[in-house]
Amino acid sequence: MIPIDLIQSTAETLMDKAAIEIPQDYLDGLKAAAKVEDGDLSSFVLQAMLENYKAAKEDRRAMCGDTGTPRWYVKMGNETQIEGGPIALETALRRATANATNGVPLRPNRVHPLWRTDHDNNVGIGAPEIEYGYEPGGEWIDLITVHKGGLFGTDYRMLFPSDGIQGIKRFYLDSLVAFGKRGLACQPAIIGIGLGGCKDTCMVLGKRAACLRTVGSKNSDPRIAELEDEFKELGNSIGMGAMGFVGKSMVIDCNIEVGYCHTGGMQMSVHAFCLSSRRAVARVFPDGRVEHRTDPDWFTDYQRRETVDWPPLAEAAE
Amino acid sequence: MTKPREIRLSTTPTPEALADLRLGDVVYLDGLMYTAREGVYMRALEDKANIPMELPRDSAANFHCSPAARINPDGSFEMGAVTATASFRFEKWLPEWMDKSGAKLIVGKGGMNSKTYKEHFVPRGAIYLSTVGYGTGALLGRGVENVEAVHWNEELGLAQAMWVLRCNKMGPFIVASDNQGNCLFERENEKIVANLAKAYEGTKPAVLKRYGETDDRSDEVIG
Repeated sequence: MIPIDLIQSTAETLMDKAAIEIPQDYLDGLKAAAKVEDGDLSSFVLQAMLENYKAAKEDRRAMCGDTGTPRWYVKMGNETQIEGGPIALETALRRATANATNGVPLRPNRVHPLWRTDHDNNVGIGAPEIEYGYEPGGEWIDLITVHKGGLFGTDYRMLFPSDGIQGIKRFYLDSLVAFGKRGLACQPAIIGIGLGGCKDTCMVLGKRAACLRTVGSKNSDPRIAELEDEFKELGNSIGMGAMGFVGKSMVIDCNIEVGYCHTGGMQMSVHAFCLSSRRAVARVFPDGRVEHRTDPDWFTDYQRRETVDWPPLAEAAE
Repeated sequence: MTKPREIRLSTTPTPEALADLRLGDVVYLDGLMYTAREGVYMRALEDKANIPMELPRDSAANFHCSPAARINPDGSFEMGAVTATASFRFEKWLPEWMDKSGAKLIVGKGGMNSKTYKEHFVPRGAIYLSTVGYGTGALLGRGVENVEAVHWNEELGLAQAMWVLRCNKMGPFIVASDNQGNCLFERENEKIVANLAKAYEGTKPAVLKRYGETDDRSDEVIG
Protein backbone atom coordinates (compact mmCIF):
# COMPACT_ATOMS: atom_id res chain seq x y z
CA MET A 1 0.00 0.00 0.00
CA ILE A 2 1.47 3.39 -0.98
CA PRO A 3 0.85 6.08 1.68
CA ILE A 4 -1.24 8.96 0.34
CA ASP A 5 0.74 11.61 2.23
CA LEU A 6 3.89 10.45 0.47
CA ILE A 7 2.15 10.78 -2.88
CA GLN A 8 1.10 14.34 -2.13
CA SER A 9 4.48 15.47 -0.78
CA THR A 10 6.27 13.85 -3.75
CA ALA A 11 3.83 15.53 -6.14
CA GLU A 12 4.57 18.93 -4.58
CA THR A 13 8.31 18.37 -5.01
CA LEU A 14 7.70 17.43 -8.66
CA MET A 15 5.72 20.60 -9.30
CA ASP A 16 8.67 22.61 -7.99
CA LYS A 17 11.29 20.68 -9.98
CA ALA A 18 9.31 20.85 -13.23
CA ALA A 19 8.91 24.62 -13.01
CA ILE A 20 12.52 25.35 -12.05
CA GLU A 21 14.88 22.70 -13.46
CA ILE A 22 15.20 22.26 -17.22
CA PRO A 23 15.53 18.50 -17.91
CA GLN A 24 19.10 17.46 -18.74
CA ASP A 25 18.18 15.88 -22.10
CA TYR A 26 16.59 19.11 -23.33
CA LEU A 27 19.48 21.17 -21.95
CA ASP A 28 22.01 18.99 -23.78
CA GLY A 29 19.93 19.31 -26.96
CA LEU A 30 19.79 23.08 -26.68
CA LYS A 31 23.52 23.34 -26.01
CA ALA A 32 24.18 21.32 -29.17
CA ALA A 33 21.85 23.64 -31.13
CA ALA A 34 23.58 26.73 -29.67
CA LYS A 35 26.93 25.38 -30.86
CA VAL A 36 25.90 25.21 -34.52
CA GLU A 37 23.60 28.26 -34.57
CA ASP A 38 25.17 31.07 -36.61
CA GLY A 39 22.32 33.60 -36.84
CA ASP A 40 23.33 36.71 -34.83
CA LEU A 41 20.00 37.25 -33.10
CA SER A 42 19.14 33.54 -32.80
CA SER A 43 22.49 32.91 -31.13
CA PHE A 44 21.91 35.73 -28.70
CA VAL A 45 18.52 34.25 -27.76
CA LEU A 46 19.91 30.75 -27.17
CA GLN A 47 22.72 32.11 -24.98
CA ALA A 48 20.20 34.13 -22.98
CA MET A 49 18.11 30.98 -22.48
CA LEU A 50 21.14 29.02 -21.23
CA GLU A 51 21.82 31.79 -18.71
CA ASN A 52 18.17 31.77 -17.75
CA TYR A 53 18.18 28.06 -16.87
CA LYS A 54 21.17 28.69 -14.60
CA ALA A 55 19.52 31.67 -12.93
CA ALA A 56 16.33 29.67 -12.33
CA LYS A 57 18.23 26.89 -10.53
CA GLU A 58 20.41 29.30 -8.53
CA ASP A 59 17.47 31.40 -7.35
CA ARG A 60 14.99 28.48 -7.18
CA ARG A 61 12.54 30.51 -9.24
CA ALA A 62 10.45 29.30 -12.18
CA MET A 63 12.40 29.36 -15.46
CA CYS A 64 9.55 31.07 -17.33
CA GLY A 65 6.88 33.45 -16.09
CA ASP A 66 4.26 31.53 -18.02
CA THR A 67 4.43 28.34 -16.03
CA GLY A 68 2.05 26.55 -18.37
CA THR A 69 -0.93 24.42 -17.49
CA PRO A 70 0.13 21.80 -14.94
CA ARG A 71 -1.14 18.29 -15.64
CA TRP A 72 -0.46 14.77 -14.38
CA TYR A 73 0.31 11.50 -16.07
CA VAL A 74 0.02 8.62 -13.63
CA LYS A 75 1.27 5.15 -14.34
CA MET A 76 0.78 2.16 -12.11
CA GLY A 77 1.84 -1.44 -12.02
CA ASN A 78 -0.79 -4.14 -12.16
CA GLU A 79 -0.39 -4.82 -8.42
CA THR A 80 -0.30 -1.20 -7.20
CA GLN A 81 -2.48 -0.24 -4.25
CA ILE A 82 -2.92 3.31 -3.05
CA GLU A 83 -4.06 4.30 0.42
CA GLY A 84 -7.56 5.72 0.02
CA GLY A 85 -7.90 4.51 -3.57
CA PRO A 86 -8.19 6.52 -6.80
CA ILE A 87 -10.31 9.30 -5.27
CA ALA A 88 -7.66 9.99 -2.62
CA LEU A 89 -5.00 9.94 -5.35
CA GLU A 90 -6.78 12.56 -7.45
CA THR A 91 -7.39 14.73 -4.38
CA ALA A 92 -3.68 14.53 -3.49
CA LEU A 93 -2.65 15.60 -7.00
CA ARG A 94 -5.13 18.49 -7.01
CA ARG A 95 -3.91 19.60 -3.58
CA ALA A 96 -0.27 19.39 -4.68
CA THR A 97 -1.06 21.49 -7.76
CA ALA A 98 -2.81 24.17 -5.71
CA ASN A 99 -0.16 24.22 -2.96
CA ALA A 100 2.75 24.43 -5.40
CA THR A 101 1.07 27.19 -7.40
CA ASN A 102 1.15 29.31 -4.28
CA GLY A 103 4.43 27.89 -2.99
CA VAL A 104 6.89 28.06 -5.93
CA PRO A 105 5.10 30.39 -6.97
CA LEU A 106 3.63 29.46 -10.36
CA ARG A 107 1.42 31.67 -12.46
CA PRO A 108 -2.25 30.87 -11.75
CA ASN A 109 -3.03 30.29 -15.41
CA ARG A 110 -6.22 28.28 -15.20
CA VAL A 111 -9.47 30.16 -15.61
CA HIS A 112 -13.04 29.30 -16.60
CA PRO A 113 -13.27 29.56 -20.41
CA LEU A 114 -16.34 31.81 -20.38
CA TRP A 115 -16.49 33.49 -16.97
CA ARG A 116 -12.70 33.77 -16.60
CA THR A 117 -13.04 32.77 -12.93
CA ASP A 118 -9.54 32.30 -11.48
CA HIS A 119 -9.06 30.36 -8.23
CA ASP A 120 -5.42 31.50 -8.24
CA ASN A 121 -4.27 27.90 -7.79
CA ASN A 122 -4.37 26.23 -11.25
CA VAL A 123 -7.25 24.01 -10.14
CA GLY A 124 -10.76 24.09 -11.59
CA ILE A 125 -13.14 22.14 -13.79
CA GLY A 126 -11.02 19.46 -15.51
CA ALA A 127 -7.83 21.06 -14.22
CA PRO A 128 -5.29 19.68 -13.70
CA GLU A 129 -5.81 16.90 -16.22
CA ILE A 130 -4.97 13.48 -14.80
CA GLU A 131 -4.30 10.70 -17.31
CA TYR A 132 -3.53 7.08 -16.54
CA GLY A 133 -1.44 4.27 -17.87
CA TYR A 134 -0.71 0.76 -16.58
CA GLU A 135 2.16 -1.70 -16.82
CA PRO A 136 2.18 -5.45 -16.26
CA GLY A 137 3.67 -6.32 -12.85
CA GLY A 138 4.91 -3.88 -10.24
CA GLU A 139 3.52 -2.25 -7.08
CA TRP A 140 4.88 1.24 -7.75
CA ILE A 141 3.27 4.42 -8.98
CA ASP A 142 4.94 6.82 -11.43
CA LEU A 143 3.95 10.44 -10.93
CA ILE A 144 4.74 12.54 -13.99
CA THR A 145 3.96 16.22 -14.11
CA VAL A 146 4.12 18.22 -17.33
CA HIS A 147 3.61 22.00 -17.36
CA LYS A 148 3.24 22.54 -21.08
CA GLY A 149 3.09 26.17 -22.08
CA GLY A 150 1.94 27.91 -25.15
CA LEU A 151 -1.27 28.78 -26.93
CA PHE A 152 0.51 28.42 -30.27
CA GLY A 153 2.41 25.74 -32.12
CA THR A 154 -0.24 23.05 -32.09
CA ASP A 155 -2.46 22.00 -34.97
CA TYR A 156 -4.54 19.08 -36.19
CA ARG A 157 -5.52 17.97 -39.66
CA MET A 158 -7.39 15.05 -41.16
CA LEU A 159 -5.13 13.73 -43.87
CA PHE A 160 -5.78 10.68 -46.04
CA PRO A 161 -3.65 7.79 -47.26
CA SER A 162 -3.35 9.55 -50.64
CA ASP A 163 -1.66 12.52 -48.91
CA GLY A 164 1.27 10.21 -48.15
CA ILE A 165 4.56 11.17 -46.53
CA GLN A 166 4.80 14.31 -48.70
CA GLY A 167 1.46 15.49 -47.34
CA ILE A 168 2.63 14.80 -43.79
CA LYS A 169 5.77 16.82 -44.45
CA ARG A 170 3.74 19.70 -45.84
CA PHE A 171 1.52 19.93 -42.75
CA TYR A 172 4.56 19.60 -40.47
CA LEU A 173 6.34 22.45 -42.25
CA ASP A 174 3.19 24.58 -42.30
CA SER A 175 2.82 24.18 -38.52
CA LEU A 176 6.47 25.09 -37.88
CA VAL A 177 6.49 28.08 -40.24
CA ALA A 178 3.10 29.50 -39.20
CA PHE A 179 3.80 29.35 -35.47
CA GLY A 180 7.57 29.79 -35.71
CA LYS A 181 7.21 33.34 -37.01
CA ARG A 182 7.85 35.83 -34.18
CA GLY A 183 8.66 32.79 -32.06
CA LEU A 184 5.04 32.18 -31.14
CA ALA A 185 5.88 28.49 -30.63
CA CYS A 186 8.76 29.43 -28.26
CA GLN A 187 11.12 27.33 -30.34
CA PRO A 188 13.49 25.54 -30.59
CA ALA A 189 11.12 22.91 -29.29
CA ILE A 190 10.60 19.21 -28.94
CA ILE A 191 8.13 18.60 -31.75
CA GLY A 192 5.65 15.81 -31.14
CA ILE A 193 3.68 14.35 -34.02
CA GLY A 194 0.65 12.15 -33.59
CA LEU A 195 -0.37 10.01 -36.53
CA GLY A 196 -3.58 8.01 -36.69
CA GLY A 197 -5.94 7.13 -33.88
CA CYS A 198 -9.17 9.13 -33.92
CA LYS A 199 -9.23 12.94 -33.76
CA ASP A 200 -8.94 13.04 -29.97
CA THR A 201 -6.42 10.21 -29.64
CA CYS A 202 -4.34 11.73 -32.44
CA MET A 203 -4.00 14.89 -30.36
CA VAL A 204 -3.21 12.86 -27.26
CA LEU A 205 -0.53 10.86 -29.10
CA GLY A 206 1.16 13.97 -30.48
CA LYS A 207 1.11 15.74 -27.15
CA ARG A 208 2.55 12.72 -25.39
CA ALA A 209 5.20 12.37 -28.12
CA ALA A 210 6.28 15.96 -27.36
CA CYS A 211 6.00 15.86 -23.57
CA LEU A 212 6.64 12.27 -22.51
CA ARG A 213 9.61 11.35 -24.70
CA THR A 214 13.10 12.68 -24.12
CA VAL A 215 15.46 14.36 -26.57
CA GLY A 216 17.44 11.60 -28.28
CA SER A 217 14.82 8.89 -27.79
CA LYS A 218 13.71 6.82 -30.78
CA ASN A 219 10.44 5.21 -31.75
CA SER A 220 10.75 1.42 -31.46
CA ASP A 221 9.69 1.03 -35.12
CA PRO A 222 12.95 1.61 -37.04
CA ARG A 223 11.13 3.12 -40.04
CA ILE A 224 9.39 5.65 -37.81
CA ALA A 225 12.70 6.35 -36.06
CA GLU A 226 14.16 7.17 -39.48
CA LEU A 227 11.29 9.57 -40.17
CA GLU A 228 11.94 11.26 -36.81
CA ASP A 229 15.54 11.97 -37.81
CA GLU A 230 14.51 13.15 -41.25
CA PHE A 231 11.84 15.47 -39.82
CA LYS A 232 14.25 16.95 -37.29
CA GLU A 233 16.65 17.79 -40.09
CA LEU A 234 13.85 19.14 -42.29
CA GLY A 235 12.63 21.45 -39.51
CA ASN A 236 16.12 22.78 -38.95
CA SER A 237 16.59 23.45 -42.68
CA ILE A 238 13.77 26.01 -42.87
CA GLY A 239 16.21 28.83 -42.12
CA MET A 240 14.31 29.93 -39.03
CA GLY A 241 15.62 29.89 -35.48
CA ALA A 242 14.63 31.10 -32.03
CA MET A 243 11.98 33.87 -31.96
CA GLY A 244 11.53 33.48 -35.71
CA PHE A 245 14.88 35.12 -36.39
CA VAL A 246 17.09 33.91 -39.21
CA GLY A 247 18.79 30.76 -37.98
CA LYS A 248 18.87 26.98 -38.03
CA SER A 249 17.56 25.88 -34.65
CA MET A 250 13.86 25.15 -34.82
CA VAL A 251 13.63 21.55 -33.63
CA ILE A 252 15.58 20.09 -30.70
CA ASP A 253 14.07 16.72 -31.46
CA CYS A 254 11.11 15.30 -33.35
CA ASN A 255 9.14 12.44 -31.79
CA ILE A 256 6.43 10.56 -33.65
CA GLU A 257 3.82 8.30 -32.07
CA VAL A 258 1.20 6.34 -33.97
CA GLY A 259 -2.13 4.66 -33.29
CA TYR A 260 -4.32 2.50 -35.50
CA CYS A 261 -6.84 4.66 -37.36
CA HIS A 262 -9.88 4.37 -39.64
CA THR A 263 -8.91 2.64 -42.86
CA GLY A 264 -9.83 5.70 -44.92
CA GLY A 265 -7.90 8.30 -42.92
CA MET A 266 -4.48 9.41 -41.67
CA GLN A 267 -5.03 11.88 -38.81
CA MET A 268 -2.10 14.13 -37.95
CA SER A 269 -1.35 16.46 -35.06
CA VAL A 270 1.71 18.60 -34.35
CA HIS A 271 2.73 19.83 -30.89
CA ALA A 272 5.64 21.96 -29.69
CA PHE A 273 7.13 21.48 -26.21
CA CYS A 274 8.83 24.84 -25.80
CA LEU A 275 12.11 26.32 -24.57
CA SER A 276 10.80 25.62 -21.07
CA SER A 277 10.13 21.91 -21.54
CA ARG A 278 8.86 21.37 -18.02
CA ARG A 279 8.54 17.77 -16.92
CA ALA A 280 9.47 15.88 -13.75
CA VAL A 281 8.98 12.27 -12.75
CA ALA A 282 9.15 10.20 -9.58
CA ARG A 283 8.48 6.54 -8.87
CA VAL A 284 7.00 5.91 -5.44
CA PHE A 285 7.19 2.43 -3.89
CA PRO A 286 5.03 0.89 -1.14
CA ASP A 287 8.08 0.77 1.20
CA GLY A 288 8.35 4.57 1.04
CA ARG A 289 11.22 4.81 -1.45
CA VAL A 290 11.01 7.69 -3.95
CA GLU A 291 13.18 7.70 -7.08
CA HIS A 292 13.31 10.95 -9.06
CA ARG A 293 14.07 11.09 -12.77
CA THR A 294 13.28 13.26 -15.82
CA ASP A 295 12.47 10.52 -18.36
CA PRO A 296 8.77 9.61 -18.13
CA ASP A 297 9.51 6.31 -19.95
CA TRP A 298 5.86 6.33 -20.96
CA PHE A 299 6.03 4.60 -24.32
CA THR A 300 6.94 1.07 -23.30
CA ASP A 301 6.31 -2.00 -25.45
CA TYR A 302 3.12 -2.49 -23.46
CA GLN A 303 1.83 1.00 -24.29
CA ARG A 304 2.56 0.42 -27.97
CA ARG A 305 1.16 -3.11 -28.02
CA GLU A 306 -0.58 -4.36 -31.17
CA THR A 307 -1.86 -7.69 -29.86
CA VAL A 308 -5.06 -8.77 -28.18
CA ASP A 309 -3.33 -10.46 -25.26
CA TRP A 310 -0.29 -9.59 -23.20
CA PRO A 311 2.26 -11.05 -23.32
CA PRO A 312 1.89 -11.45 -27.10
CA LEU A 313 1.00 -14.99 -28.13
CA ALA A 314 4.21 -15.58 -30.10
CA GLU A 315 6.36 -14.73 -27.07
CA ALA A 316 4.24 -16.83 -24.75
CA ALA A 317 4.75 -19.85 -27.00
CA GLU A 318 8.56 -19.57 -26.84
CA MET B 1 28.81 36.64 -35.76
CA THR B 2 28.23 40.12 -34.40
CA LYS B 3 26.88 40.64 -30.92
CA PRO B 4 23.86 42.93 -30.59
CA ARG B 5 24.36 46.41 -29.10
CA GLU B 6 23.40 46.66 -25.42
CA ILE B 7 21.58 49.72 -24.06
CA ARG B 8 20.25 50.75 -20.64
CA LEU B 9 17.00 52.61 -20.89
CA SER B 10 14.74 54.42 -18.42
CA THR B 11 11.08 53.38 -18.20
CA THR B 12 10.34 57.10 -18.59
CA PRO B 13 12.61 57.53 -21.61
CA THR B 14 13.41 60.80 -23.37
CA PRO B 15 12.45 61.20 -27.06
CA GLU B 16 16.17 61.29 -27.84
CA ALA B 17 16.82 57.97 -26.12
CA LEU B 18 13.92 56.41 -28.05
CA ALA B 19 15.11 57.84 -31.35
CA ASP B 20 18.51 56.22 -30.79
CA LEU B 21 17.08 52.69 -30.62
CA ARG B 22 17.73 50.39 -33.59
CA LEU B 23 15.98 47.15 -34.51
CA GLY B 24 17.73 44.25 -32.80
CA ASP B 25 19.32 46.34 -30.02
CA VAL B 26 19.29 44.63 -26.64
CA VAL B 27 17.76 46.78 -23.90
CA TYR B 28 17.88 46.67 -20.09
CA LEU B 29 15.30 48.74 -18.22
CA ASP B 30 15.56 50.92 -15.10
CA GLY B 31 12.63 52.48 -13.25
CA LEU B 32 8.98 51.59 -12.72
CA MET B 33 7.14 49.34 -15.16
CA TYR B 34 3.53 48.16 -14.80
CA THR B 35 1.79 45.10 -16.19
CA ALA B 36 -1.40 45.68 -18.14
CA ARG B 37 -3.18 43.32 -20.53
CA GLU B 38 -6.81 42.72 -21.55
CA GLY B 39 -8.17 42.82 -17.99
CA VAL B 40 -6.64 46.22 -17.22
CA TYR B 41 -7.50 47.61 -20.67
CA MET B 42 -11.15 46.60 -20.41
CA ARG B 43 -11.46 47.96 -16.88
CA ALA B 44 -9.73 51.25 -17.65
CA LEU B 45 -11.07 51.89 -21.15
CA GLU B 46 -14.45 50.16 -21.32
CA ASP B 47 -15.54 50.35 -17.67
CA LYS B 48 -13.87 53.79 -17.33
CA ALA B 49 -12.32 52.93 -13.95
CA ASN B 50 -9.74 55.41 -12.66
CA ILE B 51 -6.20 54.18 -13.33
CA PRO B 52 -4.62 53.71 -9.88
CA MET B 53 -1.24 55.20 -10.93
CA GLU B 54 -0.02 58.59 -12.08
CA LEU B 55 0.79 57.89 -15.73
CA PRO B 56 3.05 58.57 -17.52
CA ARG B 57 4.80 60.44 -14.68
CA ASP B 58 5.51 57.23 -12.72
CA SER B 59 6.05 54.99 -15.72
CA ALA B 60 5.77 55.06 -19.49
CA ALA B 61 6.41 51.33 -19.79
CA ASN B 62 3.50 48.92 -20.22
CA PHE B 63 4.42 45.24 -19.85
CA HIS B 64 2.12 42.61 -21.40
CA CYS B 65 2.79 40.21 -18.59
CA SER B 66 1.33 38.01 -15.91
CA PRO B 67 4.03 37.13 -13.40
CA ALA B 68 4.48 33.86 -11.53
CA ALA B 69 3.89 35.53 -8.18
CA ARG B 70 1.86 35.44 -4.99
CA ILE B 71 0.52 37.89 -2.45
CA ASN B 72 1.42 36.80 1.09
CA PRO B 73 -1.13 36.89 3.92
CA ASP B 74 0.75 39.91 5.40
CA GLY B 75 0.27 41.81 2.12
CA SER B 76 3.87 41.46 0.92
CA PHE B 77 4.64 40.03 -2.52
CA GLU B 78 6.68 37.09 -3.73
CA MET B 79 7.83 37.59 -7.32
CA GLY B 80 9.29 34.53 -9.06
CA ALA B 81 9.58 34.41 -12.82
CA VAL B 82 8.38 37.12 -15.18
CA THR B 83 7.68 36.71 -18.88
CA ALA B 84 5.52 38.37 -21.46
CA THR B 85 2.40 37.20 -23.18
CA ALA B 86 1.68 37.58 -26.92
CA SER B 87 0.87 41.22 -27.64
CA PHE B 88 -1.02 41.02 -30.94
CA ARG B 89 -4.19 40.08 -29.03
CA PHE B 90 -4.23 43.47 -27.29
CA GLU B 91 -3.87 45.60 -30.39
CA LYS B 92 -7.43 46.89 -30.44
CA TRP B 93 -7.04 48.64 -27.07
CA LEU B 94 -3.55 50.02 -27.58
CA PRO B 95 -4.16 53.37 -29.36
CA GLU B 96 -6.64 54.49 -26.71
CA TRP B 97 -4.46 53.10 -23.93
CA MET B 98 -1.37 54.93 -25.22
CA ASP B 99 -3.38 58.17 -25.41
CA LYS B 100 -4.66 57.74 -21.90
CA SER B 101 -1.46 56.46 -20.24
CA GLY B 102 1.21 58.22 -22.29
CA ALA B 103 3.04 54.88 -22.62
CA LYS B 104 6.20 55.12 -24.73
CA LEU B 105 7.41 51.55 -24.29
CA ILE B 106 5.11 48.65 -25.05
CA VAL B 107 6.85 45.54 -23.79
CA GLY B 108 5.62 42.06 -24.66
CA LYS B 109 5.97 38.94 -26.74
CA GLY B 110 6.06 38.79 -30.52
CA GLY B 111 5.32 42.41 -31.36
CA MET B 112 2.75 43.92 -33.72
CA ASN B 113 2.90 44.45 -37.46
CA SER B 114 4.51 47.44 -39.17
CA LYS B 115 1.10 48.86 -40.13
CA THR B 116 0.20 49.15 -36.45
CA TYR B 117 3.59 50.66 -35.63
CA LYS B 118 3.28 53.25 -38.39
CA GLU B 119 -0.34 54.15 -37.64
CA HIS B 120 -0.29 54.10 -33.85
CA PHE B 121 3.23 53.90 -32.42
CA VAL B 122 5.16 56.39 -34.55
CA PRO B 123 2.69 59.31 -34.13
CA ARG B 124 2.81 58.79 -30.35
CA GLY B 125 6.58 58.36 -30.21
CA ALA B 126 6.28 54.81 -28.85
CA ILE B 127 8.55 51.81 -29.34
CA TYR B 128 7.91 48.07 -28.99
CA LEU B 129 10.31 45.97 -26.93
CA SER B 130 10.11 42.18 -27.11
CA THR B 131 11.13 39.81 -24.37
CA VAL B 132 13.74 37.21 -25.33
CA GLY B 133 13.43 33.46 -25.71
CA TYR B 134 10.71 32.91 -24.97
CA GLY B 135 11.16 33.36 -22.17
CA THR B 136 13.94 34.37 -19.85
CA GLY B 137 11.60 34.43 -16.86
CA ALA B 138 14.24 33.88 -14.19
CA LEU B 139 16.58 36.55 -15.60
CA LEU B 140 13.74 39.07 -15.81
CA GLY B 141 12.66 38.12 -12.29
CA ARG B 142 16.17 38.98 -11.08
CA GLY B 143 15.73 42.42 -12.62
CA VAL B 144 12.73 43.18 -10.42
CA GLU B 145 14.19 44.99 -7.45
CA ASN B 146 10.85 45.39 -5.73
CA VAL B 147 7.13 44.93 -6.26
CA GLU B 148 5.83 48.41 -5.40
CA ALA B 149 2.12 47.63 -5.59
CA VAL B 150 -0.52 45.32 -7.05
CA HIS B 151 -3.66 47.11 -8.25
CA TRP B 152 -7.03 45.60 -9.14
CA ASN B 153 -6.07 42.16 -7.87
CA GLU B 154 -9.48 41.63 -6.29
CA GLU B 155 -11.30 42.69 -9.43
CA LEU B 156 -9.10 40.94 -11.99
CA GLY B 157 -7.19 38.12 -10.22
CA LEU B 158 -3.43 37.68 -9.88
CA ALA B 159 -2.77 37.03 -13.58
CA GLN B 160 -4.65 40.07 -14.91
CA ALA B 161 -3.87 42.50 -12.07
CA MET B 162 -1.71 45.60 -12.52
CA TRP B 163 1.67 44.77 -10.98
CA VAL B 164 3.98 47.74 -10.44
CA LEU B 165 7.60 46.60 -10.71
CA ARG B 166 10.75 48.50 -9.80
CA CYS B 167 13.27 47.45 -12.46
CA ASN B 168 17.00 47.44 -11.99
CA LYS B 169 18.81 46.57 -15.20
CA MET B 170 15.86 44.35 -16.02
CA GLY B 171 16.36 42.45 -19.23
CA PRO B 172 17.20 41.38 -21.82
CA PHE B 173 14.62 42.90 -24.15
CA ILE B 174 15.01 43.33 -27.93
CA VAL B 175 14.00 46.45 -29.85
CA ALA B 176 11.32 45.17 -32.26
CA SER B 177 10.08 48.49 -33.71
CA ASP B 178 11.85 51.76 -34.47
CA ASN B 179 10.80 55.40 -34.82
CA GLN B 180 10.07 54.81 -38.51
CA GLY B 181 7.61 52.02 -37.67
CA ASN B 182 9.82 49.26 -39.07
CA CYS B 183 9.23 45.78 -37.65
CA LEU B 184 12.11 43.49 -36.65
CA PHE B 185 10.05 40.31 -37.09
CA GLU B 186 8.85 41.29 -40.55
CA ARG B 187 12.44 42.04 -41.55
CA GLU B 188 13.45 38.53 -40.43
CA ASN B 189 10.38 36.95 -42.09
CA GLU B 190 11.33 38.49 -45.43
CA LYS B 191 14.79 36.97 -45.26
CA ILE B 192 13.40 33.55 -44.30
CA VAL B 193 10.59 33.36 -46.84
CA ALA B 194 13.09 33.62 -49.68
CA ASN B 195 14.48 30.20 -48.77
CA LEU B 196 11.25 28.45 -47.86
CA ALA B 197 10.60 26.95 -51.28
CA LYS B 198 13.64 24.74 -50.81
CA ALA B 199 12.36 23.22 -47.56
CA TYR B 200 8.94 22.64 -49.14
CA GLU B 201 10.34 21.04 -52.28
CA GLY B 202 8.49 17.82 -53.14
CA THR B 203 5.77 18.25 -50.51
CA LYS B 204 2.17 18.49 -51.64
CA PRO B 205 -0.92 20.29 -50.42
CA ALA B 206 -3.53 18.30 -48.51
CA VAL B 207 -6.15 16.41 -50.48
CA LEU B 208 -8.95 17.84 -48.31
CA LYS B 209 -8.94 21.65 -48.26
CA ARG B 210 -10.03 23.94 -45.43
CA TYR B 211 -11.96 27.21 -45.63
CA GLY B 212 -9.77 30.28 -45.25
CA GLU B 213 -6.58 28.41 -46.05
CA THR B 214 -3.56 30.17 -47.53
CA ASP B 215 -0.59 28.76 -49.39
CA ASP B 216 1.20 32.11 -49.30
CA ARG B 217 3.93 31.56 -46.76
CA SER B 218 4.83 35.23 -46.54
CA ASP B 219 1.50 35.53 -44.68
CA GLU B 220 1.43 35.56 -40.90
CA VAL B 221 -1.13 33.95 -38.61
CA ILE B 222 -1.45 37.09 -36.46
CA GLY B 223 -3.50 40.20 -37.30
